[in-house]
Amino acid sequence: MENIKDFLLHDFFVTGEPMIYMADVAIILVSLAIVFVLTYFKKWKWLWKEWLTTVDHKKIGIMYIIAALAMLFRGGADGLLMRAQLALPNLHFLNAQHYNEIFTTHGTIMIFFMAMPFLFGLINVAMPLQIGARDVAFPYLNAISFWLFFFGALLFNLSFVIGGSPDAGWTSYTPLAEKGLDPGVGENYYLIGLQLSGIGTLASGINFIVTILKMRAPGMTLMKMPMFTWASLITSVIIVFAFPVLTVALAMLTIDRLFGAHFFTADSGGMPMMWANLFWIWGHPEVYIVILPAFGIFSEVISTFAGKKLFGYKAMVWSMIVICVLSFFVWVHHFFAMGAGPAVNSFFGVSTMLIAIPTGVKIFNWLLTLYKAKIRFTTANLWALAFIPNFVIGGITGVMLAVVPADFQYHNSYFLIAHFHYVLIAGTVFAVFAGLHYWWPKMFGHMLNERLGKWAFWIFVIGFNVCFLPMHFVGLMGMTRRLYTYPADLGWTPWNFIETIGAFAMGVAFIIMVYNIYWSARYGERDTTGDPWNGRTLEWAVSSPAPEYNFATIPEVKSLDAFWEMKKNGEVEKWRKQPLEPIHMPDNSYRPFVISVLFFIAGFGFVFEWLWLGVIGLIGVFLCLALRSFEKDEGHHIPVEEIERTERAAGRL
Amino acid sequence: MSETHAVATESRGPLEYATKDGQMKIFGFWVFLGAEVVLFSCLFAVYLAYLHHTAGGPTAHDLYEVKGFLIETLLLLTSSFTCGLGTHELRRRNKAGVLAWLLITLLFGLGFIGMEVKEFVDYVGEGATLSTSAFLSSFYILVGTHGAHVSLGILWMIAVMIQLGLYGINPVTARKAFIVGLYWHFLDVVWVFIFTAVYLTGLVL
Amino acid sequence: MVKKALKSLMLFGLSIFALTGCDVPVLQPQGPVAEKQFHMIIWSSILMLFVLLTVFTLFGFVVFKYRANRANDDDYEPDLEGNTKLEILWTTIPIIIILLLAIPTVITIHDSMKNPSPDKKPITIEVTSAEWKWLFRYPEQGIETVNVVHIPADRPVHFVLTSAGAMNSFWVPSLGGQMYTMPDMKTELWLEADKPGRYDGRAANFNGENFAHMTFTVVAQKQADFDKWADKVKAEAPALTMKEYKKLLKPGLVGKKVYSSYPAELEHASDMDMPGMKGGEASEHGKH
Repeated sequence: MENIKDFLLHDFFVTGEPMIYMADVAIILVSLAIVFVLTYFKKWKWLWKEWLTTVDHKKIGIMYIIAALAMLFRGGADGLLMRAQLALPNLHFLNAQHYNEIFTTHGTIMIFFMAMPFLFGLINVAMPLQIGARDVAFPYLNAISFWLFFFGALLFNLSFVIGGSPDAGWTSYTPLAEKGLDPGVGENYYLIGLQLSGIGTLASGINFIVTILKMRAPGMTLMKMPMFTWASLITSVIIVFAFPVLTVALAMLTIDRLFGAHFFTADSGGMPMMWANLFWIWGHPEVYIVILPAFGIFSEVISTFAGKKLFGYKAMVWSMIVICVLSFFVWVHHFFAMGAGPAVNSFFGVSTMLIAIPTGVKIFNWLLTLYKAKIRFTTANLWALAFIPNFVIGGITGVMLAVVPADFQYHNSYFLIAHFHYVLIAGTVFAVFAGLHYWWPKMFGHMLNERLGKWAFWIFVIGFNVCFLPMHFVGLMGMTRRLYTYPADLGWTPWNFIETIGAFAMGVAFIIMVYNIYWSARYGERDTTGDPWNGRTLEWAVSSPAPEYNFATIPEVKSLDAFWEMKKNGEVEKWRKQPLEPIHMPDNSYRPFVISVLFFIAGFGFVFEWLWLGVIGLIGVFLCLALRSFEKDEGHHIPVEEIERTERAAGRL
Repeated sequence: MSETHAVATESRGPLEYATKDGQMKIFGFWVFLGAEVVLFSCLFAVYLAYLHHTAGGPTAHDLYEVKGFLIETLLLLTSSFTCGLGTHELRRRNKAGVLAWLLITLLFGLGFIGMEVKEFVDYVGEGATLSTSAFLSSFYILVGTHGAHVSLGILWMIAVMIQLGLYGINPVTARKAFIVGLYWHFLDVVWVFIFTAVYLTGLVL
Repeated sequence: MVKKALKSLMLFGLSIFALTGCDVPVLQPQGPVAEKQFHMIIWSSILMLFVLLTVFTLFGFVVFKYRANRANDDDYEPDLEGNTKLEILWTTIPIIIILLLAIPTVITIHDSMKNPSPDKKPITIEVTSAEWKWLFRYPEQGIETVNVVHIPADRPVHFVLTSAGAMNSFWVPSLGGQMYTMPDMKTELWLEADKPGRYDGRAANFNGENFAHMTFTVVAQKQADFDKWADKVKAEAPALTMKEYKKLLKPGLVGKKVYSSYPAELEHASDMDMPGMKGGEASEHGKH
């Protein structure tokens, strides 16, 4: 009994930290509130039928985005806590251990549980519509991808109240992350949460490749696809070749920790630097996984609000392909200073510089898309336009970092932090905000408020620059990353203080955005036509929100910017008057949700090294796989009457 | 999605490719195999990097026995051949033939797994465990991952055989049999690399 | 000529910055290694500034000139598709810029792995990072110091580095870039201080709770003063016993220490045979 109490108080629940107790209370209250609301409004069945068992790409996309926004809140809160601690020298608002856990979860959450799901959500919502398809190639697998992400993220997020957060950085270098220097379950949460989520990501990569290559509407050749679809395809190729490396790295470190192997230990023949290599062989392509879809979003938004074709379509496609290939050949630039010889460092320095070239080509093509255009400054477009100058700042510091001898000074300093936040925030985050505003009407049938959106935009972009621009200088002043505090006599204080102000401004902008979502749900302008922006691509041809089956009849595509051309040539009416046929749709399934719960249970077991629980969970997973194999699901048909009713209600018949 | 389940008219070609759904699932599986190639490549790379990191413990020379891995190879390669014969019977729409050859395939597979389990147990008995050295950690993970894949393949094959028995050969079951065959052949190819890079190299280098 | 002019411009800008009293060690090199790195920083900044100004100018121009609510939009060309000549232009110019950067980079990479002042005799100092302290061994003087390292000014120092624990990174920004330390492996770093002085050093790769406090000082002295200091340490400081060494390796902060000698077992530690480090376990360093 004493043992159990001891375990619960010291190893299981995180105790002795007031902030954690507050979080515990918040979690319990929010959970109770959710249960109460669902019960009071009798929405349990609706939740199960419409969301937990859906295989509809549009709904899955929305769920990804909701989860990503929640993770943006958590990761952002982590960032604000860090900035509060660093506002002044020698503060002890957070002690070292807290700070180390917070920067670890900040990075891990932002990359794995915010950026990727947000982009995958937007790909899910828009891409099948853009290619004139009714869903992705494997809707059941799509649902599994989402739920595995969700439960992987849940497992990871559980750590700060149960067992303790990981604290070895999002890069989790060995031997620091080995059991000897990092006992406890925190690191296990990292390894297993990401492993779960990673399975979902790989599945999505496969799903999107098959969808884009095999399910395009008739007439849509590869070179007639929208740029966002191209970006999704190339991103998916990177995923398929990069994620298995992460799978191996995570598995090896897990086996080191749980079973005493020696892949990355400092003794018995292991080599800690093996982890660094495997991690970054995955890690560099990963950053291209989060930037290429962003580039795709910018291409769509910029050309739509310029009222103009995207300039240099072929160059835009080829530049992404070149980036995809090169992205696998630059990984050592993450550790030039790890003692590699001059030949190795020279090769990777030059390859890193080279990858800037196709990116530059894209920037110029976007600028020329704006040339002789009629630019409308909607919120979505403001985000896309702001990307250009801000991302370029990040891009050029990237080239500066590729200068290996200089990197020996910049490495692991705030200069590096400034670089990657400029490319990640001005790249990925601006893109998902642009995409959110752009595709919101298609998802929900109403617009987000422009005025609130613009306030949030300006406050965020200004706050972002106030926060991250000074970091370049304070890095050159010798401030390394991951410091929980700093002395007062180095001149770093004013810069840190300014940075903290910028960070809180970004927090304010986020609150405005959340308020915008709430306000617009109640009072937002309805999108009655399905084409609020005078769009160019096929998703704007269906009503808002899109009907379950997407298209009443699959369009015949004749050119790039298919919908724009159809509008120009007066072909839309003719298409809408085509005879209807019953539409075959896949059935919902409880199993993606259940299999992910079982994976969660197994994962939890492995985190605490309760192997029996892990094995039970995995047996459950296999049972689900077997059930799926034996399933004779034929889907269902939507009858013509229902299609007619839906189309008529949308004003199309 | 009405198009994906309809069988193309006048399909005298392979049944598994007869529907759009079948084509997409097979293509998707090839993409998955691409990811598996990367996975195994990492395991090979780590193994080769750690080949001499034996930490004073047992080396490849000490452990590997020619007779053992030759028999394992024979079993697995033959099973790949019999699996191919099963696919041939599939094309002939001969249900009994498919079932017979798949059964033989998985029996060879079971023999392979049995021998591999014995091999691991013997090594552990000689003091060569996962935690002895980096070399041994990488050996067990590389060969063990392959073995786990084969074991999963055996269970999968049984599930497919049951469905063939219950529902006969139709586009859906043909596709399932074809894909498990692809998986099996893939594992065979990986074994050829293991045979070369692990066992032969271990005895020679 | 142009390079010099631009460099002066840059230095002018920096001196304004420095007038604020800011200490920016990376931009205020105190030795030849840091100086070479500083030159590369300036050169890359100039090239990148050119890119930045081009993009910003074009951006400002198009965003203003082609706004939808402008008075005259006769120049609107919605179907402008592309221009091969432009694509070639904005691929070629970046390639040239990259070449202008890559060539000096590769040269400097090779240079920085060699003695920066080949006409001067180098001194070798062995560095070991541990949780959360820096150990310095002077094989030529036979002494050992903790969290402080004395070097002769105006002489190249050949640091040979390793770690007794997690991976770390040895960084003295005023004197040059950093180098990682890894357990059971050896890395090398050349640094040199032009003149006597005290230079701040810190750990630059996260290694746990007290990472932020893992700083050290580099004290550069005139050769004669350095020799006098070494002799004094040799004569007066306590010896470093194996027991004391193992205590030092335990996790914690220890402040600055000097020792007149170190145990014989730790000699030739840079040859990667360090029995005292992993509790006596002999680890196999690969024969690769």
